[in-house]
Amino acid sequence: MSDNKLADAKAAVQGAVQGVMMKAIAVAPDSWIPGGVPDPLIVHQHGHVGRSLSRIDGPLKVRGAAPFAAEFPMDGMVYAAVLFSTIARGRIATIDAQAAEAAEGVALVMTYKNAPRMKPMPGFGSNAKAAGGASLPVMQDPEIHWNGQPIAVVLAETQEQADHATSLIDVTYEVAPSVTSFAEAKGVGVEPGLFMGSPLKIEIGDAEAALAAAPHRIDAVYETPYHTHNPIELHAATVAWQGDTLRIHDASQAVAHMAWSMGHMFGIGEDQVHVTSPFVGGGFGSKTLWQHQVLAAAAAKLVGRPVRIMLSREGVYRVVGGRSLTEQRVAIGAGADGVFAAIVHTGISATTRSNAFPEPFILPTMSVYGAGSFKLEVDIAYVDMLANTFMRAPGEAVGTFALECAIDELAHQIGMDPIEIRHRNEPDKDPVKGLPHSQLDIAKAYAQGAEAFGWNKRKAVPGSRREGEWLIGMGVATGTYPYHRMPGGAARMTLTRDGHATIEIAAHEMGMGTATAHTQVTADRLGLGLDQVTFRYGDSLMPGVVLAGGSQQTASIGASIIAAHALLVTELLQLAGNDSPLAGLKPDEVGGRDGGLCKLDEPERFESYASILSRAQRNEISVLGEAAKPLELQHWSMHSHGAMFCEVKVSTVTGETRVSRFLGSFDCGRILNPKTAMSQFRGGIIMGLGLALTEETLLDTRSGRIMNPSLSDYHVPVHMDVPEIDVIWTDIPDPHTPMGARGIGEIGITGVGAAVANAVFNATGKRIRSLPITLDKLL
Amino acid sequence: MAITINGTAYSPPQDARVSLLDLLRERLGLSGTKKGCDQGACGACTVLVDGERILSCLTLAVQVDGRAVTTIEGLSEDGALHPLQQAFIVHDGFQCGYCTPGQICSAIGMAAEVRRGVPSVVTADLGADAPVLSDDELRERMSGNLCRCGAYNGIIDAIRETYATEAAE
Repeated sequence: MSDNKLADAKAAVQGAVQGVMMKAIAVAPDSWIPGGVPDPLIVHQHGHVGRSLSRIDGPLKVRGAAPFAAEFPMDGMVYAAVLFSTIARGRIATIDAQAAEAAEGVALVMTYKNAPRMKPMPGFGSNAKAAGGASLPVMQDPEIHWNGQPIAVVLAETQEQADHATSLIDVTYEVAPSVTSFAEAKGVGVEPGLFMGSPLKIEIGDAEAALAAAPHRIDAVYETPYHTHNPIELHAATVAWQGDTLRIHDASQAVAHMAWSMGHMFGIGEDQVHVTSPFVGGGFGSKTLWQHQVLAAAAAKLVGRPVRIMLSREGVYRVVGGRSLTEQRVAIGAGADGVFAAIVHTGISATTRSNAFPEPFILPTMSVYGAGSFKLEVDIAYVDMLANTFMRAPGEAVGTFALECAIDELAHQIGMDPIEIRHRNEPDKDPVKGLPHSQLDIAKAYAQGAEAFGWNKRKAVPGSRREGEWLIGMGVATGTYPYHRMPGGAARMTLTRDGHATIEIAAHEMGMGTATAHTQVTADRLGLGLDQVTFRYGDSLMPGVVLAGGSQQTASIGASIIAAHALLVTELLQLAGNDSPLAGLKPDEVGGRDGGLCKLDEPERFESYASILSRAQRNEISVLGEAAKPLELQHWSMHSHGAMFCEVKVSTVTGETRVSRFLGSFDCGRILNPKTAMSQFRGGIIMGLGLALTEETLLDTRSGRIMNPSLSDYHVPVHMDVPEIDVIWTDIPDPHTPMGARGIGEIGITGVGAAVANAVFNATGKRIRSLPITLDKLL
Repeated sequence: MAITINGTAYSPPQDARVSLLDLLRERLGLSGTKKGCDQGACGACTVLVDGERILSCLTLAVQVDGRAVTTIEGLSEDGALHPLQQAFIVHDGFQCGYCTPGQICSAIGMAAEVRRGVPSVVTADLGADAPVLSDDELRERMSGNLCRCGAYNGIIDAIRETYATEAAE
């Protein structure tokens, strides 16, 4: 192939996004693909990356000085309170706000009658920058779509006045028929589910026939309930119209998406919406666009004053969707050797007509194991409820519960160690896509985990270990989460003559340690000290469309900085000119060290950034790098894994399950900062313990109303529920990702539900297939 | 009468409905104390009143008239961090940082309760002068402070280190 034709082919591959070109991307040479040439930082072993740096925002946070969305004062600000519907479907017949309007301190009562006209909320997926949890109009008409829908907003001088006035509003409804239970919804009929535009349906071979013919079979139904994210920071925003610009202090994991979406609804440009979110008090998928920010902006527009809205905890349950429930059939057929002949993973998830987001529980089954045949499918049933959404590891968190319990059941039936059966079914390539793995060392994670946990002390016969009233058991499960990198990453990198670099990117800090890790990464890439790097983020005016979701933010930022760095180096070499020791070198021949550039294989050929800029009489240079398209995702199968080990004690008196030990052994590529990574893994595991044992959002099946909208009645794990959690990792870099890392924000929750359930089975001999594993199910 | 907050005297609010939490956050600009539920279920709003930990969301501001309130802003003297604040950083006892001020104030109040010999449900020897601060004692006594990011291990490490050091001195 001539150079030109090669360049054309390469351009065609890199320009391709879907369709037939996916095949071309799959078979293209590695070097054409982002990550095909490994990031030089992967082999850079003695820098800041990989060190346990304490969070750089730690001093602010421990002093309570990190400002959150509801903590930005504005002159003339009024407070918002929200009234929620008490029916699931129908219309507002009458709404009388006179008493509320006359109440002390009230500045405005907004209902559908006086709200400004806005376009419906752009739901996720309707546009690359759409951030809405649903696609409904917001307070534009008397229609009621779910029990808990906002129907009025009161603005007053104080929160107390607004809250009181809300209680003075009289509403009557014309009630319409509604579907408010999953059972009823299934009876009405189910439809095939779509996820990111693709059907959640895969058939390879004849799985049902292979299942029927298999010497060993498990065929069971597993259930998981609704979940609510419950970050401790209530959803809040401080909003003001400043001329034609809408200013929003938000709690957001998607500032650029938020700016576009609000601009879309209010009919202004995304550059007229300025969203900042320097600190987010936990998100887990919930801190996106829901009605409260829209209502605050609409009311602020009407009243002509800034508005602070902070949902009550009940308000969060009414307005911000959570994880939907699932009913999953997992059937596995295997030979006596434990090798899978068939995996069937099908079932139904509830969703609404305003978002149609099926909980994609088959995702883990699409990658973790090989099998002779597959039948995977998610159907949806429509319930008239608050739109559900993604919550930490959507799909994997509850999908691994069903899959990994079924494997445990099969191992028990065959009489094989649960780790051994997983080894025997480890795929040599992606079982669905056929792509090679970018990096996969789950066997090593299992070996290290089993050793550290003392797996060999497990007794295979259930119920054979007892201490007093407590039955003790051990369980294991595989956790998994894919590497993601979404399009849109971009970053500005500015280098000043004093050798200081500033990164600006519209990214987010919800507790992941974003600024800390990327200060480390940038310092290493440029050869600077940590105090010579400033990482700025959380502002929609900064470059990049970077969702803090799908565990993709680290990769997106990493790729953006790689792109900016390449431009910066190119410009520096031009400025350095012929009088520099670097004269004649190409960008890919140089790297950063000691505050300057050097030839990679000849480090003594060096010139400092200060020297280059001084000689060129420049105070600074600034570049805007745009991350390459994420073609690596179509070229390799890129997945992280975890081996989750759990020990439980189950009381024979009360049925109470206590987790006495837990160990997660992860294979997630290179770990950038062990201290903050440890916290992310543990945090995911702890949310998994809640999923396993206590968490359940209860929908009243008669009215469709959430019955436990509080932290008293929805039980997240507390200190006493959480033992010391051991976390280890392989730390083997993924050669095809920025920094060799894969995102670790979500994998911690995966596999935990099954590890706990499998330990409960080992302790008691009781197989609980319905989460959460509450006391009543064990008595 | 006045409410003393971090050493400064303030008039009680005219509106008797105002909680201590909202007084701090919305009227005095002391937003270090956090609102996570406003129902006494999460502990994010924990402050110290005359040295005892209380939930400021369940306390009307007028109830603390004549008493001394210490918030997270009052713990670091002249910008120097309280040893427990420093330990939270070292042990990564937080992620998002939202429950952190409540965890820290709660732990300080908890340590004082232990010094006074107040037992908990997991205390084995109810007659002991001061319960031994085992990890389970710490976990039990801190269970009113929720952390959804799941920084519980780091929080316990930070408290153990701080108060084990104190006990040794």
